[in-house]
Amino acid sequence: MNEKPKVVVTSRSRRPDTAAKEFAFGQAELPGGALAEYRNRAFAAYARTKMPTTSEEAWRRTDLRFFPADAFRLPAEGAFEDLPAVPESLLAPLVGDKHGGQIVLTPGGASVELDEALAKKGVVFTDLKTAEREHPELLERMMAKTVNPEEGKFAALAGAFSQNGVVLYIPRGLQVEEPFHSVLWGPGENLAHLSHILVLVDEGASATFVHESASPTESGINSMHAGLVEIQVLQGANLRFVELQSWGKHVWNFSHERVRVERDANLDWIFGAIGSRLTKNFSELDLAGQGAVGRMSGFYFTDGSQHLDHDTQQNHLAPNTTSDLLFKGALKGKSRSVWQGMIYVAPGAQKTDGYQANRNLVLDDQARADSIPGLEIMADDVRCTHGATVGKLEEEPLFYLESRGIPRPDAARLVVEGFFDPIMQRIPFEGVRERFQQAILEKMG
Amino acid sequence: MSELVIKNLHVGIEGKEILKGLDLTIKQGEIHAIMGPNGTGKSTLAYTLMGHPSYEVTEGEVWFDGENVLELEPDERSRLGIFLAFQYPVAIPGVTVANFLRSAINSRRRAENPEDKGVPIPEFRKMLKEKMGMLKMDQSFAGRYLNDGFSGGEKKRAEILQMATLTPKIAILDETDSGLDIDALRIVSDGVNALSGPDLGVLVITHYQRLLNYIKPHFVHVMMNGRIVESGGPELALHLEEHGYDWLREKTEEAA
Ligand SMILES: Nc1ncnc2c1ncn2[C@@H]1O[C@H](COP(=O)(O)OP(=O)(O)OP(=O)(O)O)[C@@H](O)[C@H]1O
Ligand SMILES: [Mg+2]
Repeated sequence: MNEKPKVVVTSRSRRPDTAAKEFAFGQAELPGGALAEYRNRAFAAYARTKMPTTSEEAWRRTDLRFFPADAFRLPAEGAFEDLPAVPESLLAPLVGDKHGGQIVLTPGGASVELDEALAKKGVVFTDLKTAEREHPELLERMMAKTVNPEEGKFAALAGAFSQNGVVLYIPRGLQVEEPFHSVLWGPGENLAHLSHILVLVDEGASATFVHESASPTESGINSMHAGLVEIQVLQGANLRFVELQSWGKHVWNFSHERVRVERDANLDWIFGAIGSRLTKNFSELDLAGQGAVGRMSGFYFTDGSQHLDHDTQQNHLAPNTTSDLLFKGALKGKSRSVWQGMIYVAPGAQKTDGYQANRNLVLDDQARADSIPGLEIMADDVRCTHGATVGKLEEEPLFYLESRGIPRPDAARLVVEGFFDPIMQRIPFEGVRERFQQAILEKMG
Repeated sequence: MSELVIKNLHVGIEGKEILKGLDLTIKQGEIHAIMGPNGTGKSTLAYTLMGHPSYEVTEGEVWFDGENVLELEPDERSRLGIFLAFQYPVAIPGVTVANFLRSAINSRRRAENPEDKGVPIPEFRKMLKEKMGMLKMDQSFAGRYLNDGFSGGEKKRAEILQMATLTPKIAILDETDSGLDIDALRIVSDGVNALSGPDLGVLVITHYQRLLNYIKPHFVHVMMNGRIVESGGPELALHLEEHGYDWLREKTEEAA
């Protein structure tokens, strides 16, 4: 650059002149333990992989040049003691009225509760560190089974350094009614919260798992989360997985998630994303056995200058598999959302039924939603449909409601609630619906 | 008793003048009918009274209950007692009839008392069931999304259901009869008649004298080219049915 720019740029639109920063974590910070081999492999990938840039297709719409990667450090053991505690409201059951178990992951700590009767039946529900000590053979069946830590920079980072995590195992044939609930609580400044969630629902078993990531919102500081979610639903098993993302608006959030659904197994996967400053999430559904069924329902609502980027993939790897994805989002302020979805049907995966739809409601002129559906079909006897829409709040419905005495803000809220209703209809848990309802109320303010 | 007083109303849309000095007074307890050719501004009048933002009032006044109506937001006009049954009701996907009506009732309650907790669900259910019964609507209607996929007749019936629920003081029915079969016409008219009485002023906009056999107006007005050009009793509607509007066109042209 030898020419000075001719216009004065405001700080908002100023671009950093350097490329993205790099993380400062080194080999010395690798935890040892039962997973050393896995972590070393992930570390090697972390060390050789560059921070993604917008020239990579998956990151085209999510720019990390402002991401202060070098500022973050790992929370020390017991760091939570000097940080805000998890609010009681996050610990209440969202499904039913009683937990089968609850785990709270905090910076440098974890607390675990599991119903004794369930423990006796062979259920494992514990934090990652404890599992490393007590269930190494189980981890063997769970680690790197669906997400390869070499998939990307953040996958590698979380794989190598994750201090915290949840391990849930449901033994063969066991039907568990009470939900398992975990909360990843990430307060603090310049901390990298790294998590690894592992779930194995053994053959013919059934369970409900609710996982929420959250932190307070603090302005003027940075924090980050990188996480892996690896789930296997084995033959004939059944899992309802609810995932809530309620990070504070200063948190940079990254995750790689994949659920593998085996023969005649069933997955009901519900996402709710309302938090974070920036999110880049990869969520994949692998329908790996004949007759596998997977449903993905997503709710997101952004405001301010939030940026949420969800990349979903429905992989039909076996014949007679069914997937059904519906993501709906509303946007306010200057926020932005990206949804990029792909249905992939492998050669030979005949009689596949794949569906994906993404609907967006843009509530303010400066908000923007990108919606990019995709199909890649390598079999001939399949039914795959998709749809993507980005709409605005229209004047006529609002006027109609106002003409019945409903003040404009309430009219807008009603229209937004109506927009989200198809998602609510897919959620069998009243507590979760209430949380989404609450989010709508708060965001519509 | 209050009256809706419209004085010298001029209204434009996108810079084009549609209403050109309209005068009309409707007292509570009275039933008025407006007839007139397509495109003369009947719906424009209805929308303007309700406060649709696309319609610009350039001159004139509207008063009701001591309030300068033109200064009120649409929701305030509704709570003041003005109701419009739309010619083309819009769909609100995802919002059920019941949920919508409850919100409308609660908005009224909250405007009276900000602390109000909302209408108790059993009371609301009972009321809704009763009103739907009166309009011979299937109870399953309450759970359907408002106007979403409703047939033409169902939409009109839903409008009258809203009127019955909100008990306005002045109701404007914009072609509520169009698209109704004979049975539905009777049911809707019976509904309107059941709500009529000394507390309700009605303005019926229609193209068909037929409706006026069911809803008997005290006054009939003819609107042409943005003005009321003729007023009379029910016999005026019969005359129009027989002779059309041409004689009035000639008459007004002569006057001009
Ligand atoms: N939103 C609009 N944009 C442009 N022109 C409009 C709009 N609304 C009404 N108009 C015009 O205003 C004039 C009056 O329309 P209006 O709907 O009031 O007529 P009407 O008397 O109700 O007719 P009809 O009997 O067909 O219902 C028409 O020429 C119409 O095209
Ligand atoms: Mg009209």
